Amino acid sequence: MVIEINGKTAKVSVGGTLFSAGLHMIEDVVVGDYVLLHAGFALQKISEEDATATLKILNEMKTSGSK
Amino acid sequence: MKYVDEYRDNNLIDKLLRLIRSAATGEYRFMEVCGGHTAAIRRFGIGSMLPENIRLISGPGCPVCVTGTGFIDKLIACSRMEGVIIATFGDLLRIPGSSSSLAREKSLGADIRIVFSGLEALEIARSESERKIVFPGIGFETTAPGTAATLLEAEVSGAGNFFILSAHKVMPPAMEAIVKEGTIINGFICPGHVATITGASAFSFISEKYKLGCVITGFEPLDILYAIYMLVVQVNSNAPVTQIQYSRAVTDMGNLIAQNLINEVFCKKEEYWRGFGLISDSGLGIREKYSKYDADCMIPPGVEADKEDRACICGEILRGLKTPDECSLFSRICVPENPVGACMVSDEGACHTYYKYTNG
Repeated sequence: MVIEINGKTAKVSVGGTLFSAGLHMIEDVVVGDYVLLHAGFALQKISEEDATATLKILNEMKTSGSK
Repeated sequence: MKYVDEYRDNNLIDKLLRLIRSAATGEYRFMEVCGGHTAAIRRFGIGSMLPENIRLISGPGCPVCVTGTGFIDKLIACSRMEGVIIATFGDLLRIPGSSSSLAREKSLGADIRIVFSGLEALEIARSESERKIVFPGIGFETTAPGTAATLLEAEVSGAGNFFILSAHKVMPPAMEAIVKEGTIINGFICPGHVATITGASAFSFISEKYKLGCVITGFEPLDILYAIYMLVVQVNSNAPVTQIQYSRAVTDMGNLIAQNLINEVFCKKEEYWRGFGLISDSGLGIREKYSKYDADCMIPPGVEADKEDRACICGEILRGLKTPDECSLFSRICVPENPVGACMVSDEGACHTYYKYTNG
């Protein structure tokens, strides 16, 4: 989660550990956003809507007929 | 942790396993082509959860594993030059070159520093303006835009002592090479983070041209099991397509800003992959207009011809033809503390994960 933004870099907390992340690849980031962090850069913002939708699909899947 | 714990829900994992067992009526071989997936599959024991008729095979998705010995030899040659600092991701240090490694050179006095990003390497260049800083550009579409952004920052700040030795690669041509070679698989578990950059559309030619399912997948147990279920359904219905399981991070078109960064700084070129040899248009070389940052121009002549241990089967493992336990060196001579091949070095390497989670 993004904790602090300073120009093109941000402080990102990963399970409580703070990392520095370049924001060169994403726009409109605000504190509190969840981002994918890879090799010192934020690659993408995580879509809460899609994360919830995936879980909803899994919850609604029918397993009838299976053991 | 948000977006992690929910995807490790035991009840949903059980449910998906029931769905998979119910649907899996044939024989299936799926290849994961991301080192992150290789590590997650071993870490969560996903292979052992699956029925025996579903086999997961590791592919060429670990960036340091597919990096050739010749690239390490070039870095070693740079590290021996007067006034040069190598600023590198840590996992490159222990990859064996032809006759040394960066770790060995460091122990002999070379100035080799570990960084977490290109931006940190650039910071060193700014603070050590009398020295030349070489940053090895390693990795796929996930790390290449960061390297590109770093080079452009160097350009803006006038850091003329900052150099990049690029071994960046793009993933789809290697996947095509696997299919063309005839490795028997029924579908790909596609790299979720690479696809955040490229978009799912970069993989659709594999479904269309080679009739193999591709599912872009996240890295938690539910993500991977869901992707396996989707691939089983695709095989059963004989309808191979490219689908996105990892929709919370991946779109069809990907991250256009990152793609533009890559295209601004790099151009496609033929590239060497360990295990494969040269693959057309699979590498990213620095464009001529940025050649003053290209460390390839400063490599001294006479770098030794690369040679690899003949008994090491990293190459066949990376092509999905063999598994680590089929290697005569594995866990006897080749261990994480003394890696013979690159696949034993990285946390994402097939041999390393196999050793870590199978040998206890």
